[in-house]
Amino acid sequence: MNARLYFWQRGSAALMVPMIVVHLAVIFYATSQRLTAAEILSRTQGSLAWGLFYGAFVLLASIHASIGTRNILCEWGRLKSGSAGAVASVFGAALIALGLRAVAAVVLP
Amino acid sequence: MSEAVSTLKVSLWRGGSDGRFKTYTVPLKANQTVLDIVTWVQRHLDPTLSYRFACRVGMCGSCAMTVNGRPRWTCRTHVTKVIQNGMLEVAPLANMPVIKDLAADMRPFFEKWVAAHGTFAASKTRTDAIEPIKPDEPARRAADEAIECINCGACYAACDTVRWNPDYLGPAALNRAWSLVNDVRDSDRTSRLAAISAEGGCHNCHSHQSCQEHCPQSLNPTRSIAGLKRLSMQAFVRGEINA
Ligand code: SF4
Ligand code: SF4
Ligand code: FES
Repeated sequence: MNARLYFWQRGSAALMVPMIVVHLAVIFYATSQRLTAAEILSRTQGSLAWGLFYGAFVLLASIHASIGTRNILCEWGRLKSGSAGAVASVFGAALIALGLRAVAAVVLP
Repeated sequence: MSEAVSTLKVSLWRGGSDGRFKTYTVPLKANQTVLDIVTWVQRHLDPTLSYRFACRVGMCGSCAMTVNGRPRWTCRTHVTKVIQNGMLEVAPLANMPVIKDLAADMRPFFEKWVAAHGTFAASKTRTDAIEPIKPDEPARRAADEAIECINCGACYAACDTVRWNPDYLGPAALNRAWSLVNDVRDSDRTSRLAAISAEGGCHNCHSHQSCQEHCPQSLNPTRSIAGLKRLSMQAFVRGEINA
């Protein structure tokens, strides 16, 4: 962990805090209104705002989680920083791919 | 010294890192320190026992050992306060190589002080006028709080992050760096901040405060490191350092 990684990990966490509040509010709203999957999709499909919101969330979560994974691999897995960084980058790329695919599934028309 | 009232079984680490504990019976006396016990064994039972001490009054920082599992300055640790189930177990400090018996090799510890730029770099020469330093300015207070370190290594031995990551500079070296970045007379601020912001630097600290818990001087390296993280982020965002 160096200053650059710390900046991105803590920075992504700080940006995600308000987004998590919005995300939880959306879940509470959807369940309290008993929205069906079709009703949810009718609101999200074609919505640029939800696409940007959850797209950004996926990117931030992937950055945050992959830096944390790198630390765990260094400290508990005893990997050298280079190999831990490589494994964590692959993990982060997988999170981005899976996350964006999920976002695409609900926002693409 | 009062009369010996009873005896105590004490296990001392013997040999190198592949050594083992050996048990001795020593007289228990009033106001006895752990260092007194170790010294008694060396003087009366086995003169080959190796250990390190100098001042015996809590100033030099050379006598720290692992006492019943915790790092402590042995010259100021009363036996009666640390005895567990009538047993005393003394080992060399953790997180450092063992030289022999109770003497740990403190070289990696001090090499990290150097890596963290733990040396004062004067910004003036002896021909300049003496700069007045106000003792109650916030930066000077922060420097003064951190400066009382006696380099005993107890915090370093107690730090899990040092154990997990041998490159981590550790609480004492970073606490020293914090003391110096708060010293307005020092001229090495930016390169010191760069050194403590690199891989192995202050950002590895998990803030779990073992260092503070075990520091015999009641210093708070965790707070010093939090201060360094703050200064390091400011310098990084301003582009003064790149990591
Ligand atoms: S607070 Fe930081 S330096 Fe202190 S023991 Fe924990 S990880 Fe080590
Ligand atoms: S900070 Fe405390 S425990 Fe650590 S070396 Fe200095 S005096 Fe010892
Ligand atoms: S012998 Fe000097 S601090 Fe213990």
